[in-house]
Amino acid sequence: MTTSTGTAPVRTRRKPGVSSRLDTALGWSTARNAYASRAIRIVLCTLAVLIFTGPLITVFSGAFDVNRDPTQLSVLPGNPTLQNYEEAAAKNIWTYFANSLFIAGGALLLQLLVSVFAAYAMARKKFRGQAIILLLILTTMMLPEEVIAIPLSLVIGDLPVLQLNLRGTLLGVILPLGAWGFSIFVMTEFMKEIPVELEEAARVDGAGELRVFARIILPLCRPALAVIAVFGFTMIWDQYLLPRIVANDPADYTLTVALADLRSDIEVGPGIVLAGALLALVPSLIVYLSLQKSFLRGITTGAVKG
Amino acid sequence: MTIGITGREATAVPGATRSARDGGITAPRRRRHWGRSLIPWAFLAPALLLFLYFKFIPMAEGIRLSLYKVQPFLGDIFVGMDNYAAVLDDTAFQEAAYHTVVLAFGQTFGSMVVGFFLALLLEGQAKSLWFVRSAVFLPVVAATAVVGEIWRVLYFPDPNGFLNEVLSWVGAGPSTFLDHPDTALTSVMMVGIWKHAPYDMVLILAGLAGIDREQYEASALDGTTVFQRLWYVTLPALRPVITILLTLAAIRGLRVFTEVYVLTGGGPAGATSVWMTTVFSRGFEKNDIGVASAASVMLFLVTFLLTVIVQVWRRAREAR
Repeated sequence: MTTSTGTAPVRTRRKPGVSSRLDTALGWSTARNAYASRAIRIVLCTLAVLIFTGPLITVFSGAFDVNRDPTQLSVLPGNPTLQNYEEAAAKNIWTYFANSLFIAGGALLLQLLVSVFAAYAMARKKFRGQAIILLLILTTMMLPEEVIAIPLSLVIGDLPVLQLNLRGTLLGVILPLGAWGFSIFVMTEFMKEIPVELEEAARVDGAGELRVFARIILPLCRPALAVIAVFGFTMIWDQYLLPRIVANDPADYTLTVALADLRSDIEVGPGIVLAGALLALVPSLIVYLSLQKSFLRGITTGAVKG
Repeated sequence: MTIGITGREATAVPGATRSARDGGITAPRRRRHWGRSLIPWAFLAPALLLFLYFKFIPMAEGIRLSLYKVQPFLGDIFVGMDNYAAVLDDTAFQEAAYHTVVLAFGQTFGSMVVGFFLALLLEGQAKSLWFVRSAVFLPVVAATAVVGEIWRVLYFPDPNGFLNEVLSWVGAGPSTFLDHPDTALTSVMMVGIWKHAPYDMVLILAGLAGIDREQYEASALDGTTVFQRLWYVTLPALRPVITILLTLAAIRGLRVFTEVYVLTGGGPAGATSVWMTTVFSRGFEKNDIGVASAASVMLFLVTFLLTVIVQVWRRAREAR
């Protein structure tokens, strides 16, 4: 697959005269009178939606239901209440949520900055050692973060040369997420497409390096920025091992890590765990639903490379 | 225009600028050229610094630790390849390796099959289909640990647990799910398929959209059935996408940690232990840093080699 970054998968346009039944691989009929075909498809679609969103919907109902009994989960809360959130608040859930938000915001900002800077050098400049740098970036993409968890926890406890201990700090989670090969790569591919003439016109007008970068290149990269932002957020929000090994004590946990602790707390019923799970779900859902197009574009362009 | 005044090497002729950047610079400008050549490095510095500290130093440190018997306060002792031998001898790691491979292949293959059928079902341009696709995709964006917690609740191993209840409507179950060694690994695999299948669906949909409709037309003229068309036209057209995705996803699957750790922690009785959960318990719970590092390095080497092999094989295929 060689779809270039920035172009959505192009749908083959049907030539006039070709039957609509040839639009899809299965030959779904779009004719109004094909009742059987439509009915089968509606039933199957409903089933698919139930299977893939059902578990998430039960979280909504479970989070607002007082039931302490996990056998009594239902799709709709029998007795809607905020009691779970009151009890969860007593278990510091808002502190964890704040940690999560702060880490996500900080790491995402850093990741975006680092990626556009690095991509600018890789895409718009030629320099000695460029091939080696590319190889290094690719290596980091092939280096599973799980594999370096143990030494990373030691390094974070005592940064070489700087003699800093980042254990138990939010910075200890943010900095390791700051540079991500995937987003540098996506950004680089996109920046390569920008015509040199635009840049040169600006230089002729006396624009300096930073000005060219900020005024010419960056504004043109907005679609790619949306892609790496939505992927960056999802990747950061998905972090589990890193916040866990950086934390000194439970107060440093992010929400996703704290859920496991909540669950093993015997005073806590499933309603409270689900209340926390819902809180952890909502930001991902908001980001996905508002930047859906960028997300899908990123998958079809980046997946094969990663 | 301010050429000459600013002293930049830009000229009115675009071609000239490009050759200047490539190093075709005259002697008096050499000093400035030096400054220019530092610019890319200035832009790269943040990324390189972060990579150095949080990827390369830990990697090097991991390799070093894997060769030592690590003892806090007492000093590390060099033991050569002993840690690696210890990993290979350890039945816990052998079992974990088996579970990891089963899980990686089962999840990858299962997600691909489910994703393929989802894509066939949801292919089309209608607005309602777009809505269904968006809804089905939601598990992909949810954080892995959260998905794990949700499924733990759904999997509640009581005949009245949520999923058992649902199963009883169709006359199946009740199952012990994560609670029993016989069903735990399959249950973990199901969650993985549930989370990853919609992702594969999106890629297969993109592949389906790329198939030339004239091929369908031609097969229709030949009077083929839908299944013949799927088998002889659609699948062969998707094959390159599918093979690459399957291999890369299976390799990536070898690193599985979070979903297993959250769902079962490797239990019950080690029935779902995978390579990384075993590393985690060795390294962080039993503090056997040397052996855990050796196991990490081994996982890295395996995934790295497999990735390189697949990429080389892919290049070779594309070149053909």
